[in-house]
Amino acid sequence: MREKFIEFRNVSFRYGDEQPWVLDNVSFEIYKDEWVAIIGHNGSGKSTIAKLMNGLLYPEQGEIIINGMPVNDEHVWDVRKQVGMVFQNPDNQFVGTTVQDDVAFGMENRGIPREEMEKRITEVLRSVRMEDYLLTEPHRLSGGQKQRVAIASVLAVKPDVLILDEATAMLDPRGRKEIMRTVSDIQAKNEISLITITHDLQEVVMAERVIVMNNGSVWDEATPRDIFAKKDELRKIGLDVPFIAVLADELKQNDLLIENEPLNHDELLEELWTLHLKM
Amino acid sequence: MDITFKDVTYIYQANSPFAHKALENLSFHIPSGSFVAVIGHTGSGKSTLIQHLNGLITPTEGTVQIGDYQINSDKKPENLKELRSRVGVVFQYPEHQLFDETVAKDIAFGPKNFGVSESEIQRRIKEIVPAVGLDEALLGRSPFDLSGGQMRRVAIAGVLAVKPEILVLDEPTAGLDPRGQREIMDMFSNLHKEQGLTTVLVTHSMEDAVKYADHVIIMNKGTKYMEGTPEEVFTQREALNKVQLDVPEMIQFINAFEERFGKTIPFKRQTVQALAKEIQQALKGAGSDE
Amino acid sequence: MNNAIIIGQYVPGNSLVHRLDPRMKITIIFLFVIFVFFANNVVSYSILTAFAIITVFITKISLRFILKGLTPVWFLIIFTFILHLIVTKEGTVLVELLGFKVYSGALIQGFAISLRFFLLILITSLLTLTTTPIEITDAIEDMLHPLKKIKFPVHELALMMSISLRFIPTLLQETDKISKAQASRGVDFRTGPIKERIKAIVPLLVPLFVSAFKRAEELAMAMEARGYQGGEGRSKLRQLKIKKIDIFVLVFFLLVIAGLFITRNYS
Repeated sequence: MREKFIEFRNVSFRYGDEQPWVLDNVSFEIYKDEWVAIIGHNGSGKSTIAKLMNGLLYPEQGEIIINGMPVNDEHVWDVRKQVGMVFQNPDNQFVGTTVQDDVAFGMENRGIPREEMEKRITEVLRSVRMEDYLLTEPHRLSGGQKQRVAIASVLAVKPDVLILDEATAMLDPRGRKEIMRTVSDIQAKNEISLITITHDLQEVVMAERVIVMNNGSVWDEATPRDIFAKKDELRKIGLDVPFIAVLADELKQNDLLIENEPLNHDELLEELWTLHLKM
Repeated sequence: MDITFKDVTYIYQANSPFAHKALENLSFHIPSGSFVAVIGHTGSGKSTLIQHLNGLITPTEGTVQIGDYQINSDKKPENLKELRSRVGVVFQYPEHQLFDETVAKDIAFGPKNFGVSESEIQRRIKEIVPAVGLDEALLGRSPFDLSGGQMRRVAIAGVLAVKPEILVLDEPTAGLDPRGQREIMDMFSNLHKEQGLTTVLVTHSMEDAVKYADHVIIMNKGTKYMEGTPEEVFTQREALNKVQLDVPEMIQFINAFEERFGKTIPFKRQTVQALAKEIQQALKGAGSDE
Repeated sequence: MNNAIIIGQYVPGNSLVHRLDPRMKITIIFLFVIFVFFANNVVSYSILTAFAIITVFITKISLRFILKGLTPVWFLIIFTFILHLIVTKEGTVLVELLGFKVYSGALIQGFAISLRFFLLILITSLLTLTTTPIEITDAIEDMLHPLKKIKFPVHELALMMSISLRFIPTLLQETDKISKAQASRGVDFRTGPIKERIKAIVPLLVPLFVSAFKRAEELAMAMEARGYQGGEGRSKLRQLKIKKIDIFVLVFFLLVIAGLFITRNYS
């Protein structure tokens, strides 16, 4: 059994006493070094989960435990040291007047000495392939570049978990690819848990486990393969299914017995090849 | 209304050290009633292109012809306002333009500016609000109390209420969830057919271009890189990959299938259902060959 | 945008003036502004003018560019000059124009005051021309540091300044986008009676404010998520260091000032 890192215990949340529940009795666990995708329609409570993990919001009922610490006023600053977040809008999280100032911001907040900051700035900017933009101002960067700087800023303070809260939603396909490449590099190199909150099916397929939210509750929790096997149900709750999964289903309708739920082109072609040899 | 660009060049901040060529010698013709998808990376000139369509900017060189309105470097049409009432633009994140006290007033803002009578505006609101998937009960609410998806629909209703003949859509579904995206695009598609609009869709989604457009223009670095029907354009994988654009996923799969099995399945914008049948037949054929 | 106005605009460069410590630049300009008022004769004025012109020369920014950029200020300078011609009644009468007597003293004094005014503006605009806004912010934060003792929020003030600077281009882009969107909905910002044009600003201002507040809210949240708890216990990446050249320039400037005081007594 892997080590638990984040735990939601019967968490409920609403933005005011008169407001409807945004999260209603939500429980789940996320393990060390795991990559989890959280999906769900807009308003399903995904982003609220992210903010609760970082103590930007507190639950009305239930408990959130991060690395053994309950998220409350006493521990919130320790929690924030361990949980890094990248938000949706690339502009509204860029604090510094240049790339290097922005990467430094989080480290300055933690009182990290100047020499150490300089070292880490070079290091993290290289890991997101932005080392050539040290002194560039934010309005000269593309959305994808700004988000990579945001990721670098989080990595610079060495958190244990990185949350991407719809970090690619406002980017064009090229920006999205840049981010996904960066993120999988990081996942491969660092020992860090990743939580990606997203609509992008490509991102979901890359995760080890998917938590599906619907109307404030956990609708399902499984591997991407098992989740995408439930196509009709997913569509009913407003979500999309990858093209390959849809095609595999249609092939089954045509008496081609696809056994494993394929997630990418190669897997489906492989299945077809096996079938074809048997024909 | 037909749209014709003839050798259009547009330079931002011309004659300054910051001069930047956004469009270069761009020519194309869009016949009235088409549904055109304009595709290209950020910075390829798409946004500059669409700002020419209702005279927000005038070409530095060349001519833009929208129906009877001609726009070129030395003359803006005198009846610019009339042109803008006939060309509706839904900008990216259009909910950022909402400002009035109530949803109804905000939707009425455009038609009012263009001199549509109060009774006609009320009639149009009744018609458009359900069409964009909004509840009439929201009409009296402040637009700022609505959810993001609802705000988007209000902003779109505000453009549609002017009853434009040309509808320009700049990534109208960005930031919506998959269901919202589908609903909005289907709504535009129906509107296009029912009202015989000319629709110009700027998008990053190859899938949307295949699904809705009958003509595709690919922009690259301020110039027209490719143009044609979706079938013609999207089957040229190498040319598209050269400017780092992907082909729609169905074509990617058809190509991969061909490589693996040596069987060609032509792309004709078929449904996934039809494709499955064709694959089955191709495999059968392949099986019986041996 | 109006490119003619250069006040507050930074011109990138690598000249001696660009490289000076921003605190040193602010100090020198501050002193210059004071000592301009001590000039009282041809020699002392010449010393200050020479100093200003040489400084401009060192920045490698063309004097013509700067003079052109000061266009809105020229009006004030000329106005000051004319005012002196009319009001001052010293010395001999030079000419009589439309019943006004122009005195020789008025001509000299008008010229002196206008020159003083011009030097003030020239030298202060050199600060923004050769120093990035963020350097100015750093310098202000550092120089106001002693005020922390009386609980003056120095760090917060500097952070506010740097964030405002960071968001100026973003908000300009936003303004352009919203005004285009509203123009497409039939708003006319350029023609029509004044009353209508003022009304046309509402659909621009409301969305701008709404978006600015939303940005502020999101930015505050992002800052908190990144561990921002105020100025206590923070380290700083940007550090200002006084170099040899800064000291040298200060000494040179003090010599100029000394020259000014010596020549003051010439008559």
